[in-house]
Amino acid sequence: MALVIPKESYSGKIYNVTLGTGAKAVTIGGASALPYLAFEGTFPNKPAVALEVTDIAPDDWPETVKKAVSGAASNPVQWAKFCQQNGADAVALRLIGTHPDQQNKSAEEAAKIAAEVAAAIDIPLIILGSGHVEKDTQVLQAAAAATRGKNCTIGKAVEENYKTIAAAVMANDHKLIAMSQLDVNLAKQLNILLSQMGFDKERIIMDPMSSALGYGLEYTYSVMERIRQAALLQNDPMMQTPVVCDIGANVWKVKETMAADAEVPEWGSLEDRALAWEAVTASAMITAGADMLIMRHPGAAAKTKELIAELMG
Amino acid sequence: MALSGVEIFKHLPKTNCKKCGHPTCLAFAMKLAAKQASLDACPDASEDAKKILGESAAPPIRGITLGLGDKAVKVGEEICLFRHDKKFFNPNVFAVAIKASEAGDAAAKKIDAVKNSEIDRVGQKLRVDAIAVTDEGGDAAKFASVVKQVVDGAPGVPIILVSKDPATIEAGIAHCADKRPLIYAATAENAEAMAKIAKEKKASLAIAADGLDALTALSEKVKGLGVDDLVLDSGARKVKDMIEHYTIIRRAAIKKNFKPLGYPIIAFAGRDNSVSETMAAAIGTMKYASIIILNNVEKWKMLALLSLRQNIYTDPQVPMQVAQNVYKVGDAKDSSPLMITTNFSLSYFIVRGEVENSKVPAWLAVMDNEGLSVLTAWAAGKFTAGKIAAFITESGVEKNIKHKELIIPGYVAILSGALEEKLPGWKITVGPREANGLPSFLKGRA
Ligand code: SF4
Repeated sequence: MALVIPKESYSGKIYNVTLGTGAKAVTIGGASALPYLAFEGTFPNKPAVALEVTDIAPDDWPETVKKAVSGAASNPVQWAKFCQQNGADAVALRLIGTHPDQQNKSAEEAAKIAAEVAAAIDIPLIILGSGHVEKDTQVLQAAAAATRGKNCTIGKAVEENYKTIAAAVMANDHKLIAMSQLDVNLAKQLNILLSQMGFDKERIIMDPMSSALGYGLEYTYSVMERIRQAALLQNDPMMQTPVVCDIGANVWKVKETMAADAEVPEWGSLEDRALAWEAVTASAMITAGADMLIMRHPGAAAKTKELIAELMG
Repeated sequence: MALSGVEIFKHLPKTNCKKCGHPTCLAFAMKLAAKQASLDACPDASEDAKKILGESAAPPIRGITLGLGDKAVKVGEEICLFRHDKKFFNPNVFAVAIKASEAGDAAAKKIDAVKNSEIDRVGQKLRVDAIAVTDEGGDAAKFASVVKQVVDGAPGVPIILVSKDPATIEAGIAHCADKRPLIYAATAENAEAMAKIAKEKKASLAIAADGLDALTALSEKVKGLGVDDLVLDSGARKVKDMIEHYTIIRRAAIKKNFKPLGYPIIAFAGRDNSVSETMAAAIGTMKYASIIILNNVEKWKMLALLSLRQNIYTDPQVPMQVAQNVYKVGDAKDSSPLMITTNFSLSYFIVRGEVENSKVPAWLAVMDNEGLSVLTAWAAGKFTAGKIAAFITESGVEKNIKHKELIIPGYVAILSGALEEKLPGWKITVGPREANGLPSFLKGRA
């Protein structure tokens, strides 16, 4: 019996989305088959790996990752340059200092930092709010205006605040991250809402809500697999936006990336364990179809880029 | 392909003798078609019927068991390509390679690592499942001595014998013939000799070929030699090839019922760099490898891989649950706040994570609501004032705290009045609706 390779016939394709400007601009998306099945589709762009920086000193990051970005982390501009030098495809600036429970920095202050970071690097910039639904609308509006012309990726717009953020992104010609909570239908719904307000769906990047290895990773994994199947096999245009996974923020708050060797001897060395935690989480998201990852540890990001290179063949 | 009841009926004796416990042969055939009965129940079924029906009833990917006793592991018998379609059933095996050249101390260290690898994760005990003794140079005596060292040093741990030389396999299997080992591997060159050993020793046999066409041909050849328990190696070592080959194998088996590839897959994830090895093994875990061979099994690596395997093999239809309990988060004291949530594992992980973020030590009461989230459990009448009160009273948490204040999720603020009635003397405080409001809420109180 000869083997006939069982191929899927795909009717859909992921949109190409270009981030940033100039020679270091990055295009993501474009896949025409389920992840890495090159025998039945094409993958014109490799997933991008962004490294995260924060507007204020990352006091709540665990030691292992703080050490890995040491020296640079006290100043977001320095830190962003450090990420660029360390091979990041993009920098993700998280304006955590604007959160009312943090330093409650003003939208103007945040926008100024965003503009400085954007000016200091030539790789694409992702600008993330603090996750505070109301505050993010002001902060991201100001940041979008201050970085006009840089083709930044701005988010995260959620169901409660997408209108203002999307409008600012549209007015200043950026790209938008739209986040929903671990549900295929909610992800689609948000893309539909955005389209209904006239936002170009080919400027959206979907965030299905990430999770860390060991802490609900399988939910994100399966939601992403289903999103990709809907996009490619059912040709659902509302699911054909590239996907970003914001994993660093999830990985670097679980016990496995913090507990000292002596505390849990059966878990082995903290340094290795913590790096592996982010690297394996990244591997899972890549396997499920992520087009972009936001990571924290430069070492884990470098290993992820190696994996991506091997997958692209 | 599965046969219908009527097709099965054609092959039964049609005597309606009722020995199978069913009134008629047709009724029994219907049960067989629905996979609610086994042909063994009919004592009069002909050999032909057994063969035909056995094959049609066989799972698309054959189940293979390695080892014997309580450490035996079963792989295969998967029925879907995506875990959300149903679930992945038999978790992949992680095995550590011990090279013949590591005989003695180096081997002893790895054997110890396997013996001490057990970790407890969300109520499951997980460990390195098997040991692969690996020949590199054809020194049969040395190979056999390592097999013996493993059998003696790690009793009961399933063994994989890795050599392409039949004489070396013979020498090694002499020490573990009665322990249901896996032989790796039969190739186009040595198939007859390897098949003979596998049959004699009742071992399962991996077959190794370069590419899927060669693998298909070899599979048919070895099956023709009388070996049923096969494991497949297509030669994929790069992650790109692993994903492509394994997807084709799994699709061919499940969607086309293509028998030559209807067996579990063995992957060699070994790399010089240990993080790369971990990532390659992770790809194997997600993408259909049933047996994954590692060069080293450092504790951190196994923690990551076993956690990933547990995530991927979790039943997606059953919400994952956390055991009902009052959990201590951080260094909680008798004055620390007490909060309650449901036992949907995602709720628990997120709430716990945010409490940890807040750096405010606390007690987290997790109530068994059959794995439902707070709102769903409340809507289903499983998170009511009466049930919460009973849980708090019976939990014995009052022994750990000196206050009587319970913080409830903001979504069920409506319960606070009724709860104060059911828990006399308690103060009920309404917390934030979403877990991400917890850090400021807790810090604001501290
Ligand atoms: S035991 Fe066999 S022959 Fe008898 S009724 Fe059942 S199926 Fe028919």
